[in-house]
Amino acid sequence: MKLVVVSAGLSVPSSTRLLADRLAAAVDRRTPVDVQVVEVRALAVEIAHHLTSGFPGPDLAAALRAVGEADGLVVVTPVFAASYSGLFKSFFDVLDQDALAGRPVLVAATGGSARHSLVLDHALRPLFAHLRAVVVPTGVYAASEDWGAEGLPERIDRAAGELAALLAAARPDHGRGLPDPGPVPPGRGAEPAAHRPLPPERGPVPVPGAPVSEGPPVRAGGFEVVPFAQRLAALAGGTPQG
Amino acid sequence: MQFGIFSVGDVTPDPTTGRAPTEHERIKAMVAIALKAEEVGLDVFATGEHHNPPFVPSSPTTMLGWIAARTDRLVLSTSTTLITTNDPVKIAEDFATLQHLADGRVDLMTGRGNTGPVYPWFGQDIRQGIDLAVENYALLHRLWREDVVNWEGKFRTALQGFTSTPRPLDGVPPFVWHGSIRSPEIAEQAAYYGDGFFHNNIFWPADHTRRMVELYRTRYAHYGHGTPEQAIVGLGGQVFMRRNSQDAVREFRPYFDNAPVYGHGPSLEDFTEQTPLTVGSPQQVIERTLSFRDYAGDYQRQLFLMDHAGLPLKTVLEQLDLLGEEVVPVLREEFARLRPAGVPDAPTHASRSAARPADVSEEAAV
Repeated sequence: MKLVVVSAGLSVPSSTRLLADRLAAAVDRRTPVDVQVVEVRALAVEIAHHLTSGFPGPDLAAALRAVGEADGLVVVTPVFAASYSGLFKSFFDVLDQDALAGRPVLVAATGGSARHSLVLDHALRPLFAHLRAVVVPTGVYAASEDWGAEGLPERIDRAAGELAALLAAARPDHGRGLPDPGPVPPGRGAEPAAHRPLPPERGPVPVPGAPVSEGPPVRAGGFEVVPFAQRLAALAGGTPQG
Repeated sequence: MQFGIFSVGDVTPDPTTGRAPTEHERIKAMVAIALKAEEVGLDVFATGEHHNPPFVPSSPTTMLGWIAARTDRLVLSTSTTLITTNDPVKIAEDFATLQHLADGRVDLMTGRGNTGPVYPWFGQDIRQGIDLAVENYALLHRLWREDVVNWEGKFRTALQGFTSTPRPLDGVPPFVWHGSIRSPEIAEQAAYYGDGFFHNNIFWPADHTRRMVELYRTRYAHYGHGTPEQAIVGLGGQVFMRRNSQDAVREFRPYFDNAPVYGHGPSLEDFTEQTPLTVGSPQQVIERTLSFRDYAGDYQRQLFLMDHAGLPLKTVLEQLDLLGEEVVPVLREEFARLRPAGVPDAPTHASRSAARPADVSEEAAV
């Protein structure tokens, strides 16, 4: 199982990274995982370039691919101006909109005082709901004072336990994560969705929002595409030629 | 192999002087550039289509008709014709008319357009972009091939007993390239019809272009139009040249740094490394362009973007001289030398007219 940890701390050393590492270790104790850490700070310039040029540089592309192939995520951001940091948000802005669909995510944040702890539920949870991830019930917030007080290890353990349980349930012998929601009715989610190159070790990932088709999609060039005649037939009056 | 230029038609201030051309100056510059393209021996001029400032080409067939009257060999094309927001009936009529006036020197490249407000301005919904491209092209395809069309669809008023006039010249519809940067659905559409597929190529890393072209070639063969190597591929390119490559970099940098689309983003050096942009000597442009076939295979049409980002007309015309005198003759020779037998040339009206009986029987069999 692959766990990707996205840490958006800016200082070195960073209490955001410290919390991220504690969470990853706690998950690994419950269900063994291969951990890959994405330090968003190192990608800051490539993220800005992606926003202006429309394509990712090599390091950002690798990080986005890792996130897309992860079985679960731990995401940790510092609180800036009453929310997640702009850089943290920008990383998820350039991620493919379907990359996290159905994947378990543990949300966590760090801040100077406990006054911002609701950032977990008022900012992070809606963001990952939008990305159609499965956010575990317990989020972990660590204020500076928490590093010298009781309670943080218990919250880390509880959240990690929840993520580990979802990861364990998604092991190959248990099928992939959440049950397949079935085909999407026509007219929903009209945005084109089949752009993401598929990770080679998995079968085709069902793309929510892709048009309904009679037969299986075909694969070529690393893309998956609905055969044209099916797409044409799905439109009223659009009879295939011949 | 065909070589040409494609113009976005942007009105952008020259960053070295701060002066922007008027719309009148820019439109006249575009057609001057097209005439120059023929003069220096290029094969194709393609204009973009836009319906918002700072762009001038909102009426491509008007512009191409003017150019047609003043040229003899140049193939007139588009980059792209908006298949989503234009009425396919009007596309059929406009381009068939242009085809007659230009004695067949016409093809077009369809595209969806990525300017959000253009869709509602023309009564459409961008979320239906792919479906619009699919349905509108299916109708356009029939209007050029069936004398009387009865048609009903999701996006347009039904047609009963409709004949699009004029009928295509010699009964041969203009050749269509389907352009898309990132939608595999469009490569699939091009393959289904056996039409051309054009990848803009210039804003994205080569590996992405490679995969889109591979999808198109694989599916072209699947639909029985030929081998993957026989599929009709076009690519964009973007160059700025001076005989001394350092001069090219120095002169082009302010235009790059302030360019629409990618300006104020990556450095010229990073962008040159990650995309096909080549700023340097004619020899560097030759080598880079030849390398496109390493990932796209042997292809039929190469269009260069030369006149954007506020470059003055005089500079663009100098670029075309270099392209026509020093770059394209070598590229023609080298691509021809490297190309295996069996890879077709870009379709033209003459070649399609000659092959017409075969085309007709092929279509009846589909």
